[in-house]
Amino acid sequence: MNSSIAQYLSAELLTQAIFGLVVLLTLGGALIAVLHREIVHNIFGFATCVCGVAGLFIFLGSEFLAMMAILIYVGAVSVAIVYAVMLSVPLYRKKEPRRISKLAFSFLSSALAFTSLVLIVIRTPWEPSIATGVDWSVRRLGILLFTRYELLFELVSLVLLVAIMGAIITAAVAGKKETGSQPGSGEEQA
Amino acid sequence: MIQLKTFLLIGALLFCIGLFGLLQRRSLIAMLISVELMLNAVGINFLAFNRFLAPDPAVGQIMVLFIMGIAAAETAIALSIILSLFRRQRSINIEEAAELKG
Repeated sequence: MNSSIAQYLSAELLTQAIFGLVVLLTLGGALIAVLHREIVHNIFGFATCVCGVAGLFIFLGSEFLAMMAILIYVGAVSVAIVYAVMLSVPLYRKKEPRRISKLAFSFLSSALAFTSLVLIVIRTPWEPSIATGVDWSVRRLGILLFTRYELLFELVSLVLLVAIMGAIITAAVAGKKETGSQPGSGEEQA
Repeated sequence: MIQLKTFLLIGALLFCIGLFGLLQRRSLIAMLISVELMLNAVGINFLAFNRFLAPDPAVGQIMVLFIMGIAAAETAIALSIILSLFRRQRSINIEEAAELKG
């Protein structure tokens, strides 16, 4: 009995099932994140979607990036967006209805983009490079980040620092000044 | 089943879901979430090419890492702009932010 179950549950079948589950998480989470009308549900859908994307990253061979995706997107970005939820319309308030023309237009344009992308993917003859490396280790990533990609690494760190400082200034200084004085009354230096 | 085109199609679908949300939603936070979805789709594409086509498996991972850093910076800036806009208008509905309209 046990052996027959093991026969059905071969490793390949299990992999396929897990792959399907991960794809379902990704696309279902993305649909919730986009289609639902409450912001809180959108954020939960986004977190689900990112967990699915992390699973896809594992299927693509990079456990490190899967970890980073969960750490950065679920741990930092979603939590930061949750903070902004208190700015949105309360849940009990009636929402104004969606406009059909806008809905149809955005559906048409994204469907157009999707069809062209699919055509490009299907019609291009993808050819793998002749020599493929096999070293997927985090150690090699770290060595490359501090040798060949040192400048890019420093630049991204600088961009992140400047962005966070700019965010603090925009949120703390600029907003208060605008509520305190009329906009355009000459007190624009800060 | 697990091959290059599968991942490219999943990435394309995720990108277009994000595009649809970006065009259709009115709340700025929802638009920010849609942009994050699109960036994730780009990350999937990068890693798929990295896994199946690239000569060096480390380069694509580093690029996706940089995309994540840029996405985090973008979120910080966007949230502070949303906060600032809310202080000014008491609303984050994108259709009410039409002060610059001629």
